[in-house]
Amino acid sequence: MDFVWAFIIGGLICVFGQICFDVFRLSPAHTMTLLVVLGAIAGGLGLYEPFAEFAGAGATIPITSFGNSLVKGALQELKLHGIVGVITGMFEITSAGISAAIIFSFFAAWLCRPKG
Amino acid sequence: MLKGSQTWVFENKPTIISAATVVGPFEGQGPLADDFDVIHEELLIGQDSWEKAEKALVEEAGELAIKKAGLSKEDINFYIGGDLMNQIISNSFAARTLGIPYIGIFGACSTSMESLALAALMVNSNAANYVLASACSHNAGAEKQFRYPTEYGSQKPPTAQFTVTGAGSAVVAKGGKGPKITSATIGRVVDMGLKDPFNMGAAMAPAALDTIRAHLREMELQPDYYDLIVTGDLSKVGYAIALELFEKHDLPIKKDKYVDCGMLIYDYDKQEVFAGGSGCACSAVVTYGHLLKRLQKGEFNRILAVATGALMSPLSFQQGESIPCIAHAVALERGEG
Repeated sequence: MDFVWAFIIGGLICVFGQICFDVFRLSPAHTMTLLVVLGAIAGGLGLYEPFAEFAGAGATIPITSFGNSLVKGALQELKLHGIVGVITGMFEITSAGISAAIIFSFFAAWLCRPKG
Repeated sequence: MLKGSQTWVFENKPTIISAATVVGPFEGQGPLADDFDVIHEELLIGQDSWEKAEKALVEEAGELAIKKAGLSKEDINFYIGGDLMNQIISNSFAARTLGIPYIGIFGACSTSMESLALAALMVNSNAANYVLASACSHNAGAEKQFRYPTEYGSQKPPTAQFTVTGAGSAVVAKGGKGPKITSATIGRVVDMGLKDPFNMGAAMAPAALDTIRAHLREMELQPDYYDLIVTGDLSKVGYAIALELFEKHDLPIKKDKYVDCGMLIYDYDKQEVFAGGSGCACSAVVTYGHLLKRLQKGEFNRILAVATGALMSPLSFQQGESIPCIAHAVALERGEG
Protein backbone atom coordinates (compact mmCIF):
# COMPACT_ATOMS: atom_id res chain seq x y z
CA MET A 1 0.00 0.00 0.00
CA ASP A 2 2.95 2.35 0.74
CA PHE A 3 4.06 2.01 -2.86
CA VAL A 4 0.58 2.83 -4.16
CA TRP A 5 0.29 6.00 -2.05
CA ALA A 6 3.82 7.10 -2.96
CA PHE A 7 2.91 6.62 -6.61
CA ILE A 8 -0.39 8.50 -6.37
CA ILE A 9 0.81 11.42 -4.24
CA GLY A 10 4.08 11.86 -6.16
CA GLY A 11 2.09 11.74 -9.38
CA LEU A 12 -0.38 14.33 -8.14
CA ILE A 13 2.43 16.77 -7.31
CA CYS A 14 3.69 16.33 -10.88
CA VAL A 15 0.16 16.84 -12.24
CA PHE A 16 0.01 20.09 -10.27
CA GLY A 17 3.28 21.17 -11.92
CA GLN A 18 1.97 20.23 -15.36
CA ILE A 19 -1.20 22.26 -14.76
CA CYS A 20 0.99 25.24 -13.81
CA PHE A 21 2.75 24.85 -17.20
CA ASP A 22 -0.22 24.21 -19.43
CA VAL A 23 -3.13 26.03 -17.82
CA PHE A 24 -1.51 28.92 -15.98
CA ARG A 25 1.33 29.24 -18.54
CA LEU A 26 3.99 29.47 -15.83
CA SER A 27 7.60 29.01 -16.89
CA PRO A 28 9.51 25.96 -15.58
CA ALA A 29 11.49 28.24 -13.24
CA HIS A 30 8.32 29.79 -11.80
CA THR A 31 6.69 26.38 -11.37
CA MET A 32 9.71 25.00 -9.57
CA THR A 33 9.92 28.02 -7.27
CA LEU A 34 6.21 27.76 -6.50
CA LEU A 35 6.57 24.10 -5.49
CA VAL A 36 9.58 24.88 -3.27
CA VAL A 37 7.67 27.71 -1.57
CA LEU A 38 4.60 25.51 -1.05
CA GLY A 39 6.81 22.83 0.50
CA ALA A 40 8.44 25.43 2.75
CA ILE A 41 5.08 26.77 3.93
CA ALA A 42 3.78 23.27 4.58
CA GLY A 43 7.00 22.48 6.47
CA GLY A 44 6.72 25.66 8.54
CA LEU A 45 3.17 24.79 9.53
CA GLY A 46 4.33 21.33 10.53
CA LEU A 47 2.27 19.64 7.83
CA TYR A 48 5.04 18.23 5.68
CA GLU A 49 6.34 15.65 8.19
CA PRO A 50 3.00 13.83 8.58
CA PHE A 51 2.48 14.17 4.82
CA ALA A 52 5.88 12.53 4.13
CA GLU A 53 5.13 9.80 6.63
CA PHE A 54 1.96 8.98 4.77
CA ALA A 55 3.20 9.32 1.16
CA GLY A 56 6.84 8.25 1.64
CA ALA A 57 8.95 8.84 -1.46
CA GLY A 58 5.89 10.39 -3.11
CA ALA A 59 6.47 13.39 -0.85
CA THR A 60 10.24 13.29 -0.33
CA ILE A 61 11.39 12.99 -3.94
CA PRO A 62 9.49 15.97 -5.49
CA ILE A 63 11.07 19.42 -5.15
CA THR A 64 8.49 20.41 -2.50
CA SER A 65 10.55 18.39 -0.03
CA PHE A 66 13.49 20.73 -0.69
CA GLY A 67 11.35 23.65 0.54
CA ASN A 68 10.45 21.63 3.62
CA SER A 69 14.10 20.81 4.31
CA LEU A 70 15.12 24.47 4.05
CA VAL A 71 12.60 25.45 6.74
CA LYS A 72 13.28 22.41 8.89
CA GLY A 73 17.02 23.13 9.01
CA ALA A 74 16.40 26.82 9.73
CA LEU A 75 14.01 26.03 12.63
CA GLN A 76 16.39 23.46 14.12
CA GLU A 77 19.30 25.89 14.16
CA LEU A 78 17.05 28.68 15.41
CA LYS A 79 16.48 26.65 18.56
CA LEU A 80 20.19 26.00 19.04
CA HIS A 81 21.79 29.31 18.02
CA GLY A 82 19.03 31.88 17.95
CA ILE A 83 18.27 34.14 15.02
CA VAL A 84 21.64 33.61 13.31
CA GLY A 85 20.73 29.94 13.15
CA VAL A 86 17.97 30.72 10.65
CA ILE A 87 20.61 31.82 8.18
CA THR A 88 23.13 29.09 8.90
CA GLY A 89 20.52 26.38 9.27
CA MET A 90 18.78 26.70 5.91
CA PHE A 91 21.44 24.64 4.21
CA GLU A 92 22.02 22.33 7.18
CA ILE A 93 19.92 19.51 5.73
CA THR A 94 19.97 20.55 2.08
CA SER A 95 23.73 20.98 1.84
CA ALA A 96 24.20 17.38 0.71
CA GLY A 97 21.89 17.92 -2.27
CA ILE A 98 23.35 21.28 -3.22
CA SER A 99 26.96 20.13 -2.89
CA ALA A 100 26.18 16.97 -4.87
CA ALA A 101 24.66 19.09 -7.66
CA ILE A 102 27.77 21.27 -7.84
CA ILE A 103 30.26 18.40 -7.62
CA PHE A 104 28.52 16.12 -10.10
CA SER A 105 27.97 19.04 -12.51
CA PHE A 106 31.68 19.71 -12.35
CA PHE A 107 32.52 16.12 -13.29
CA ALA A 108 29.82 16.02 -15.98
CA ALA A 109 31.14 19.27 -17.50
CA TRP A 110 34.64 17.87 -17.38
CA LEU A 111 33.70 14.70 -19.20
CA CYS A 112 31.02 15.94 -21.60
CA ARG A 113 32.15 19.49 -22.48
CA PRO A 114 28.67 21.05 -22.57
CA LYS A 115 28.07 23.67 -25.24
CA GLY A 116 24.70 24.96 -24.07
CA MET B 1 9.66 51.76 -58.86
CA LEU B 2 7.68 52.67 -55.72
CA LYS B 3 4.11 51.58 -56.08
CA GLY B 4 1.65 52.52 -53.38
CA SER B 5 3.46 53.28 -50.15
CA GLN B 6 5.44 50.15 -49.30
CA THR B 7 5.93 48.14 -52.50
CA TRP B 8 8.78 48.18 -54.97
CA VAL B 9 8.21 47.12 -58.57
CA PHE B 10 11.40 45.98 -60.25
CA GLU B 11 11.01 46.92 -63.91
CA ASN B 12 14.53 45.71 -64.77
CA LYS B 13 13.62 42.24 -63.49
CA PRO B 14 16.59 41.42 -61.24
CA THR B 15 17.41 37.73 -61.57
CA ILE B 16 18.42 35.08 -59.06
CA ILE B 17 21.25 33.67 -61.17
CA SER B 18 22.17 31.11 -58.54
CA ALA B 19 21.08 29.90 -55.14
CA ALA B 20 22.68 27.50 -52.69
CA THR B 21 21.39 25.71 -49.62
CA VAL B 22 23.33 23.96 -46.88
CA VAL B 23 21.50 22.09 -44.10
CA GLY B 24 22.11 20.00 -41.00
CA PRO B 25 21.54 16.27 -40.51
CA PHE B 26 17.94 16.50 -39.28
CA GLU B 27 16.82 18.56 -42.30
CA GLY B 28 18.65 16.01 -44.45
CA GLN B 29 16.25 13.35 -43.15
CA GLY B 30 13.23 15.43 -44.13
CA PRO B 31 11.13 15.26 -47.28
CA LEU B 32 13.07 18.01 -49.10
CA ALA B 33 16.50 16.38 -48.72
CA ASP B 34 16.97 16.01 -52.49
CA ASP B 35 16.56 19.76 -53.02
CA PHE B 36 19.46 20.83 -50.81
CA ASP B 37 22.99 21.24 -52.17
CA VAL B 38 24.86 20.12 -49.07
CA ILE B 39 23.63 18.00 -46.15
CA HIS B 40 25.97 17.89 -43.17
CA GLU B 41 26.11 14.67 -41.22
CA GLU B 42 26.74 16.19 -37.83
CA LEU B 43 25.23 19.20 -36.07
CA LEU B 44 28.56 20.81 -35.19
CA ILE B 45 29.61 21.00 -38.87
CA GLY B 46 33.18 20.13 -37.81
CA GLN B 47 33.39 23.17 -35.51
CA ASP B 48 33.74 23.39 -31.75
CA SER B 49 30.70 25.54 -30.95
CA TRP B 50 27.15 25.99 -32.27
CA GLU B 51 27.88 29.61 -33.15
CA LYS B 52 30.89 28.62 -35.25
CA ALA B 53 28.81 25.88 -36.85
CA GLU B 54 26.17 28.41 -37.91
CA LYS B 55 28.84 30.69 -39.35
CA ALA B 56 30.32 27.74 -41.26
CA LEU B 57 26.89 26.99 -42.77
CA VAL B 58 26.35 30.51 -44.12
CA GLU B 59 29.93 30.78 -45.31
CA GLU B 60 29.56 27.56 -47.26
CA ALA B 61 26.18 28.57 -48.73
CA GLY B 62 27.55 31.95 -49.82
CA GLU B 63 30.66 30.47 -51.41
CA LEU B 64 28.63 27.80 -53.16
CA ALA B 65 26.10 30.30 -54.54
CA ILE B 66 28.94 32.43 -55.93
CA LYS B 67 30.60 29.35 -57.45
CA LYS B 68 27.33 28.14 -59.00
CA ALA B 69 26.89 31.57 -60.61
CA GLY B 70 30.29 31.12 -62.25
CA LEU B 71 31.61 34.17 -60.41
CA SER B 72 34.33 34.88 -57.89
CA LYS B 73 34.02 36.78 -54.60
CA GLU B 74 35.54 39.87 -56.20
CA ASP B 75 32.64 40.07 -58.66
CA ILE B 76 30.07 40.46 -55.90
CA ASN B 77 29.51 44.10 -55.01
CA PHE B 78 27.58 43.64 -51.78
CA TYR B 79 26.67 40.93 -49.35
CA ILE B 80 23.42 41.39 -47.40
CA GLY B 81 22.80 38.91 -44.62
CA GLY B 82 21.36 38.32 -41.21
CA ASP B 83 20.61 35.66 -38.63
CA LEU B 84 19.17 35.12 -35.15
CA MET B 85 22.36 35.32 -33.14
CA ASN B 86 23.03 38.35 -30.92
CA GLN B 87 24.75 41.06 -33.00
CA ILE B 88 24.15 38.85 -36.10
CA ILE B 89 27.58 37.28 -35.63
CA SER B 90 27.06 34.39 -38.05
CA ASN B 91 26.78 36.62 -41.10
CA SER B 92 29.21 39.28 -39.90
CA PHE B 93 31.86 36.65 -39.24
CA ALA B 94 31.13 34.99 -42.60
CA ALA B 95 31.53 38.43 -44.21
CA ARG B 96 34.95 38.63 -42.58
CA THR B 97 35.94 35.46 -44.42
CA LEU B 98 34.24 36.31 -47.70
CA GLY B 99 35.68 39.85 -47.83
CA ILE B 100 32.67 41.25 -49.70
CA PRO B 101 31.37 44.75 -48.73
CA TYR B 102 28.71 43.85 -46.22
CA ILE B 103 25.34 45.09 -45.04
CA GLY B 104 24.21 43.22 -41.93
CA ILE B 105 20.48 43.21 -41.33
CA PHE B 106 18.18 41.85 -38.65
CA GLY B 107 14.67 40.77 -39.52
CA ALA B 108 14.64 37.59 -37.42
CA CYS B 109 13.14 34.83 -39.58
CA SER B 110 12.01 37.35 -42.20
CA THR B 111 15.67 38.04 -43.03
CA SER B 112 15.66 35.76 -46.08
CA MET B 113 13.13 37.83 -48.02
CA GLU B 114 14.28 41.11 -46.47
CA SER B 115 17.79 40.55 -47.82
CA LEU B 116 16.47 39.33 -51.18
CA ALA B 117 14.20 42.40 -51.53
CA LEU B 118 17.09 44.75 -50.73
CA ALA B 119 19.38 42.88 -53.14
CA ALA B 120 16.78 43.22 -55.90
CA LEU B 121 16.32 46.92 -55.11
CA MET B 122 20.05 47.56 -55.40
CA VAL B 123 20.43 45.65 -58.64
CA ASN B 124 17.29 47.18 -60.13
CA SER B 125 18.47 50.71 -59.40
CA ASN B 126 21.97 50.10 -60.77
CA ALA B 127 23.49 50.40 -57.31
CA ALA B 128 25.08 46.98 -57.82
CA ASN B 129 25.79 44.41 -60.50
CA TYR B 130 25.82 41.38 -58.24
CA VAL B 131 24.48 41.09 -54.70
CA LEU B 132 24.70 38.07 -52.41
CA ALA B 133 21.71 37.66 -50.07
CA SER B 134 21.99 35.18 -47.19
CA ALA B 135 20.18 33.98 -44.09
CA CYS B 136 21.01 31.22 -41.65
CA SER B 137 20.04 29.64 -38.35
CA HIS B 138 21.15 26.74 -36.19
CA ASN B 139 18.87 24.69 -33.99
CA ALA B 140 21.22 24.30 -31.05
CA GLY B 141 22.48 27.87 -31.38
CA ALA B 142 18.94 29.24 -31.25
CA GLU B 143 18.00 26.97 -28.34
CA LYS B 144 21.04 28.18 -26.43
CA GLN B 145 20.21 31.82 -27.00
CA PHE B 146 16.45 31.91 -26.78
CA ARG B 147 15.37 29.08 -24.50
CA TYR B 148 16.19 27.99 -21.00
CA PRO B 149 19.57 26.40 -20.50
CA THR B 150 19.24 23.49 -22.91
CA GLU B 151 20.69 21.00 -20.41
CA TYR B 152 17.73 21.77 -18.17
CA GLY B 153 15.57 20.00 -20.73
CA SER B 154 12.38 21.89 -19.94
CA GLN B 155 9.14 20.85 -21.61
CA LYS B 156 7.80 22.47 -24.75
CA PRO B 157 4.12 22.68 -25.66
CA PRO B 158 2.91 21.36 -29.05
CA THR B 159 2.66 24.95 -30.35
CA ALA B 160 6.46 25.34 -30.10
CA GLN B 161 8.55 25.22 -33.26
CA PHE B 162 11.83 23.58 -34.22
CA THR B 163 14.59 25.89 -35.49
CA VAL B 164 15.99 24.79 -38.83
CA THR B 165 19.74 24.21 -39.05
CA GLY B 166 20.90 25.54 -42.37
CA ALA B 167 21.76 28.46 -44.58
CA GLY B 168 20.43 29.73 -47.88
CA SER B 169 22.15 32.17 -50.22
CA ALA B 170 21.17 33.71 -53.54
CA VAL B 171 23.12 35.76 -56.05
CA VAL B 172 21.01 38.51 -57.62
CA ALA B 173 22.15 39.99 -60.93
CA LYS B 174 20.89 42.41 -63.57
CA GLY B 175 20.12 39.77 -66.14
CA GLY B 176 20.87 36.17 -66.94
CA LYS B 177 19.16 32.87 -66.47
CA GLY B 178 17.02 32.12 -63.46
CA PRO B 179 13.92 33.25 -61.60
CA LYS B 180 13.05 36.94 -61.87
CA ILE B 181 12.23 39.13 -58.90
CA THR B 182 9.31 41.28 -60.01
CA SER B 183 8.26 43.14 -56.88
CA ALA B 184 8.64 43.26 -53.12
CA THR B 185 6.53 44.58 -50.27
CA ILE B 186 8.20 45.63 -47.03
CA GLY B 187 6.04 44.83 -44.03
CA ARG B 188 5.00 46.86 -41.02
CA VAL B 189 5.61 45.63 -37.49
CA VAL B 190 2.41 44.03 -36.23
CA ASP B 191 1.99 43.20 -32.55
CA MET B 192 -1.24 41.63 -31.41
CA GLY B 193 -0.04 41.44 -27.81
CA LEU B 194 0.93 37.76 -27.77
CA LYS B 195 3.69 36.96 -25.31
CA ASP B 196 4.27 33.23 -25.61
CA PRO B 197 7.63 32.49 -27.27
CA PHE B 198 6.43 28.89 -27.64
CA ASN B 199 3.65 29.99 -29.97
CA MET B 200 5.30 32.26 -32.49
CA GLY B 201 3.20 30.99 -35.39
CA ALA B 202 0.12 32.57 -33.85
CA ALA B 203 2.01 35.80 -33.14
CA MET B 204 3.36 36.06 -36.71
CA ALA B 205 0.23 35.13 -38.70
CA PRO B 206 -1.32 38.65 -38.48
CA ALA B 207 1.95 40.16 -39.79
CA ALA B 208 1.81 37.81 -42.80
CA LEU B 209 -1.79 38.83 -43.45
CA ASP B 210 -0.92 42.53 -43.20
CA THR B 211 1.91 42.27 -45.74
CA ILE B 212 -0.02 40.04 -48.16
CA ARG B 213 -2.98 42.43 -48.08
CA ALA B 214 -0.71 45.44 -48.61
CA HIS B 215 1.04 43.71 -51.50
CA LEU B 216 -2.18 42.76 -53.30
CA ARG B 217 -3.73 46.18 -52.69
CA GLU B 218 -0.75 48.17 -53.91
CA MET B 219 -0.05 45.90 -56.87
CA GLU B 220 -3.79 45.86 -57.68
CA LEU B 221 -3.77 42.08 -57.88
CA GLN B 222 -6.04 39.24 -56.85
CA PRO B 223 -4.44 36.37 -54.91
CA ASP B 224 -4.96 33.98 -57.83
CA TYR B 225 -2.42 36.00 -59.82
CA TYR B 226 0.10 33.90 -57.92
CA ASP B 227 0.22 30.15 -58.45
CA LEU B 228 1.53 29.77 -54.94
CA ILE B 229 1.67 31.96 -51.86
CA VAL B 230 4.17 30.73 -49.30
CA THR B 231 4.77 31.98 -45.76
CA GLY B 232 8.09 31.53 -43.98
CA ASP B 233 7.63 29.79 -40.67
CA LEU B 234 4.09 30.02 -39.34
CA SER B 235 3.96 26.23 -39.07
CA LYS B 236 0.77 24.29 -38.32
CA VAL B 237 -0.63 26.65 -35.70
CA GLY B 238 0.11 29.88 -37.57
CA TYR B 239 -0.93 28.37 -40.92
CA ALA B 240 -4.40 27.56 -39.61
CA ILE B 241 -4.72 31.05 -38.11
CA ALA B 242 -3.54 32.63 -41.39
CA LEU B 243 -6.21 30.71 -43.34
CA GLU B 244 -8.84 31.94 -40.89
CA LEU B 245 -7.59 35.52 -41.18
CA PHE B 246 -7.66 35.33 -45.01
CA GLU B 247 -11.28 34.25 -44.86
CA LYS B 248 -12.19 36.91 -42.32
CA HIS B 249 -10.69 39.63 -44.54
CA ASP B 250 -12.29 38.27 -47.72
CA LEU B 251 -9.00 37.24 -49.27
CA PRO B 252 -9.66 34.23 -51.49
CA ILE B 253 -6.49 32.32 -50.57
CA LYS B 254 -7.22 28.63 -50.13
CA LYS B 255 -5.27 25.65 -48.90
CA ASP B 256 -4.39 24.38 -52.38
CA LYS B 257 -2.45 27.53 -53.28
CA TYR B 258 -1.02 28.40 -49.92
CA VAL B 259 1.84 26.60 -48.18
CA ASP B 260 4.20 27.30 -45.29
CA CYS B 261 7.95 26.55 -45.38
CA GLY B 262 7.85 25.43 -41.75
CA MET B 263 5.40 22.68 -42.71
CA LEU B 264 7.25 21.58 -45.85
CA ILE B 265 10.72 21.00 -44.45
CA TYR B 266 10.00 18.21 -41.96
CA ASP B 267 8.01 15.02 -41.98
CA TYR B 268 5.51 15.34 -39.12
CA ASP B 269 5.01 11.57 -38.93
CA LYS B 270 8.67 10.69 -38.57
CA GLN B 271 10.27 13.81 -37.10
CA GLU B 272 9.35 15.30 -33.74
CA VAL B 273 9.21 19.02 -34.52
CA PHE B 274 6.13 20.17 -32.57
CA ALA B 275 4.19 22.62 -34.82
CA GLY B 276 6.92 22.64 -37.49
CA GLY B 277 10.10 24.40 -38.58
CA SER B 278 11.18 27.97 -37.89
CA GLY B 279 14.29 30.13 -37.98
CA CYS B 280 15.95 32.30 -40.63
CA ALA B 281 17.07 29.20 -42.50
CA CYS B 282 13.54 27.80 -42.72
CA SER B 283 12.22 30.12 -45.43
CA ALA B 284 15.71 30.51 -46.93
CA VAL B 285 16.43 26.84 -47.62
CA VAL B 286 12.85 25.94 -48.60
CA THR B 287 12.53 28.91 -50.98
CA TYR B 288 16.03 28.73 -52.47
CA GLY B 289 16.32 24.95 -52.42
CA HIS B 290 12.84 23.62 -53.04
CA LEU B 291 10.51 26.32 -54.40
CA LEU B 292 12.87 27.92 -56.92
CA LYS B 293 13.49 24.48 -58.41
CA ARG B 294 9.76 23.86 -58.76
CA LEU B 295 9.33 27.32 -60.25
CA GLN B 296 12.03 26.72 -62.82
CA LYS B 297 10.66 23.27 -63.63
CA GLY B 298 7.45 24.95 -64.69
CA GLU B 299 5.23 23.76 -61.88
CA PHE B 300 4.40 27.40 -61.16
CA ASN B 301 4.82 30.64 -63.05
CA ARG B 302 4.59 33.05 -60.16
CA ILE B 303 5.22 32.71 -56.45
CA LEU B 304 4.73 35.20 -53.64
CA ALA B 305 7.24 34.36 -50.89
CA VAL B 306 6.33 35.95 -47.56
CA ALA B 307 8.99 35.45 -44.88
CA THR B 308 7.72 36.02 -41.37
CA GLY B 309 9.78 37.14 -38.37
CA ALA B 310 9.30 37.49 -34.62
CA LEU B 311 11.36 40.48 -33.53
CA MET B 312 11.73 39.76 -29.84
CA SER B 313 14.93 39.19 -27.88
CA PRO B 314 15.51 36.78 -24.99
CA LEU B 315 15.55 39.82 -22.68
CA SER B 316 12.37 41.40 -24.02
CA PHE B 317 10.25 38.34 -23.37
CA GLN B 318 11.78 37.80 -19.93
CA GLN B 319 10.71 41.35 -19.14
CA GLY B 320 7.16 40.49 -20.15
CA GLU B 321 7.08 42.37 -23.46
CA SER B 322 4.81 41.09 -26.22
CA ILE B 323 6.27 39.82 -29.50
CA PRO B 324 6.44 42.33 -32.38
CA CYS B 325 6.20 40.53 -35.72
CA ILE B 326 6.97 41.38 -39.32
CA ALA B 327 6.66 39.87 -42.79
CA HIS B 328 8.29 40.80 -46.07
CA ALA B 329 6.94 39.62 -49.42
CA VAL B 330 8.94 39.01 -52.59
CA ALA B 331 7.25 38.13 -55.89
CA LEU B 332 9.15 35.64 -58.03
CA GLU B 333 8.51 34.72 -61.64
CA ARG B 334 9.84 31.89 -63.72
CA GLY B 335 12.70 33.00 -65.94
CA GLU B 336 14.48 31.25 -68.78
CA GLY B 337 17.06 28.57 -68.13
